Amino acid sequence: MGRLIRLLLLMGSLLVAGAGAPQQAAAAPEDLAAGLALIAKDSFNDTITGIYAIARSGAPHSAALVEALHDRRLLIDTANQKVFYRDTAGAVRDAQSNDVVATPPANLTAVRLNNRVRSAASAALGALSLMNPDPARRIQSAQAVMKSRDPAALPVLEAAIAAEKLPNVRKELQLAWAAVTFSKSDAPLDKRQEAVALLRDAGTRDAVSVLRSLPADTAAPLREATTSAITSIEQRLALWGYAQNIWYGISLGSVLLIAAIGLAITFGVMGVINMAHGEMVMLGAYTTFVVQEFFRTSAPGLFDYSLAVAIPLAFLVAGGIGVAIERGVIRHLYGRPLETLLATWGISLILQQAVRTTFGPTNREVGTPQFMSGAMEIGGLVITWNRLYIVIFAGLIFVGLLLALRYTPLGLHMRAVTQNRRMASSMGIRTGRVDALTFGLGSGIAGLAGVALSQIDNVSPNLGQSYIIDSFLVVVFGGVGNLWGTLVGALSIGMANKLLEPYAGAVLGKIILLVAIIFFIQKRPRGLFALKGRAVEA
Amino acid sequence: MITRALLTDDRTGKWFLAIVLGLAVVVPLLHLAVPPSSPFHISTATLALLGKYLCFALLALSLDLVWGYCGILSLGHGAFFALGGYAMGMYLMRQIGTRGVYAHPVLPDFMVFLNWKELPWYWYGFENAWFAFLMVMAVPGLLAFVFGWFAFRSRVTGVYLSIITQALTYALMLAFFRNDMGFGGNNGLTDFKDILGFPVQANATRAALFAASAVALALGYLVARAIVASRLGKVLVSIRDAESRTRFLGYRVEHYKTFVFTVSAIMAGIAGALYVPQVGIINPSEFTPANSIEVVIWVAVGGRGTLAGAALGAVLVNFAKTTFTTGFLAPYWLFMLGALFVLVTIWLPKGILGTLYDFWARRRPAEKSAAKSETVPQPAE
Repeated sequence: MGRLIRLLLLMGSLLVAGAGAPQQAAAAPEDLAAGLALIAKDSFNDTITGIYAIARSGAPHSAALVEALHDRRLLIDTANQKVFYRDTAGAVRDAQSNDVVATPPANLTAVRLNNRVRSAASAALGALSLMNPDPARRIQSAQAVMKSRDPAALPVLEAAIAAEKLPNVRKELQLAWAAVTFSKSDAPLDKRQEAVALLRDAGTRDAVSVLRSLPADTAAPLREATTSAITSIEQRLALWGYAQNIWYGISLGSVLLIAAIGLAITFGVMGVINMAHGEMVMLGAYTTFVVQEFFRTSAPGLFDYSLAVAIPLAFLVAGGIGVAIERGVIRHLYGRPLETLLATWGISLILQQAVRTTFGPTNREVGTPQFMSGAMEIGGLVITWNRLYIVIFAGLIFVGLLLALRYTPLGLHMRAVTQNRRMASSMGIRTGRVDALTFGLGSGIAGLAGVALSQIDNVSPNLGQSYIIDSFLVVVFGGVGNLWGTLVGALSIGMANKLLEPYAGAVLGKIILLVAIIFFIQKRPRGLFALKGRAVEA
Repeated sequence: MITRALLTDDRTGKWFLAIVLGLAVVVPLLHLAVPPSSPFHISTATLALLGKYLCFALLALSLDLVWGYCGILSLGHGAFFALGGYAMGMYLMRQIGTRGVYAHPVLPDFMVFLNWKELPWYWYGFENAWFAFLMVMAVPGLLAFVFGWFAFRSRVTGVYLSIITQALTYALMLAFFRNDMGFGGNNGLTDFKDILGFPVQANATRAALFAASAVALALGYLVARAIVASRLGKVLVSIRDAESRTRFLGYRVEHYKTFVFTVSAIMAGIAGALYVPQVGIINPSEFTPANSIEVVIWVAVGGRGTLAGAALGAVLVNFAKTTFTTGFLAPYWLFMLGALFVLVTIWLPKGILGTLYDFWARRRPAEKSAAKSETVPQPAE
């Protein structure tokens, strides 16, 4: 411990030299009392000298004293030349003994500060925090040193590395050491080479920017090592960048899947273009909002569980409205797909305006439960939890729907009606009822999509509009009446969109994609996985 | 002569042309010759509004030609309208000259603002009126030709076609919103000064533009009428009602469709070009898919496959829109528009004019007319 503090002193004194303060004798241990005596004089130069004396004293409360100085809580009794400080709880303690003083002297004044004193205090604190008992604080200060690349921190860093037990903190400290050593032009060459290796292995953007800072006139061996390190890091970063883009693509694809899959059902089974599909998504999102408001006001403790209520409720609300639309409007328009398109567009306008008048035209705040916020890192990959949950949710819906179509009576009837409506009807299937339930199912799933989208998008009356065209393209691209087509369509459109974005920009990428899909439809007018058989040309 | 031949069987058409051409004379007169104090005076605002309606009527007419007679439901006709508008807007921008905010002799203000150094190649020629007017027709026509050529040849029909036309206008909207496209981005083209040397804002110019819109609508009607009354028109209707059968009879369905789609796009482009100087601005929001769908409802309200009905529907719906979006009813306009979509498709599938035709046909069954039976659309999809 004593050795560490000596190193700390070295750093402190160097910093003081940098700040233009009087040069201190390096590593001459002075005790706490001497430092406090200097501070008690209350002149700036003496205070600065005093801070370092305290910092190197090794007293357990030295950090508290330096912090107190920085925050104007270091107090002097000028009459008796004694120093006190007020701790963060507000109690006045004796600076020498760290005992709480029951009756502090009446005429205490705060030690005067100026910028020089403040920066000296910060430097002393930074050095002290590299050895802070809290690992998070240690990492923080290591990163701060990495940013500043202050050569004065070097001895302290070395000491801290030697003392560090936790591997992850150690890694950060080493990285900081490498950054400082690398940038210090008078450091020995082998040390700097070692630093380059460390930075290369770290492979972060910060490391690249450190390596880039090498002056052009540096000697050849180091320069070459640096250049090759930069290349290797950038290659790795580019690779991670690809992985990140693929993840974004999967994420966007799952969002598209979730939004389009309900449409695929209604379109596939009934040949109905439901322009109000986006509004079903929006209703699902608003259901989430209402449920969360309810939880906020009546059971704030259970807020994390609000989604568990919102999911089934959104399904029921959107599904119920879907059935009502089918019975009320679409039923009258079978065999006239273009008219259905217009009528459902009208319904979408009505629903949008209804939500706008009820909830207002602005975005509503939908909270994210605790377990869905934040992100995790895998190598250079950042994955936010809410996106991951949406991918999982989309997968569950997809599998659930697949199973429902395969193994339930309704699923059987739906498939029968999709393949040959008249034949199914002749076999005694009540196609009208199947239509209503199918439409309800498709709309209900749109409602579920709304719950998911409320977590990543703005909940506003226009929510559905922004997804409707994309959803159509997914369905048309994938092929009607085939859930696998929708899956492939959603994922490939999502992926293509995100992989195009870095090269073409978001808007141009989207335009290219739209044009590509338009051309694709020329090639395969019925999508990737077209239904075959007689029903198609009917 | 040709006109008379066209109209012999078309009583509605005679009325329609009489009204439109009458408006072309009467409205400008009421605006210019009648003093503002008189109750018969038409104000500048009303004149601009009526001119706008006529442009919309021409747009609706062009959509009715493809939807009503050929069964192609284009949800992207707004794109052709907007492209025509942009071509006109570019001409008007070039006419500003040094009167812009930055007083640059060649570059429009927004290009100076974006630090562009020279005019992009696709702006060349737009300082000439003849070139711009040619582009008003050529650009939408060419796009429709290429798009239709590909789409109809690969037999993209029904809702699939509707969706890709919607994707087309959506893609164009995104493109025109980009600043580096060189069409003024978000703000579009505005702040026009002159058209053919006359100040755009002047009353006489406005009156002339109104008359031009009315004449264009009348000509558009005659062209559409000539198409649907011809042999070609009969084939179009048969494509609408039974596409496969028509193909099996030996007609090249895709050629017919491409032709009528292109003609219709050119008409839409002209409508857009007349619209822009009257409202004084063109921006990418004209490409919004919602706009194009709204055009469809104008046609549906007036009567699909009746031509005159489409124009009537455009005027009625837009009149309602102007009336209801101002004042205390404003929050309910979308409810009304939505309800209109639903009610018309369910209870008035033939639109106003189509229903009237049916009514007359029932009242006077003895009077047989080829035109009437033909105008009743019988969608067979």
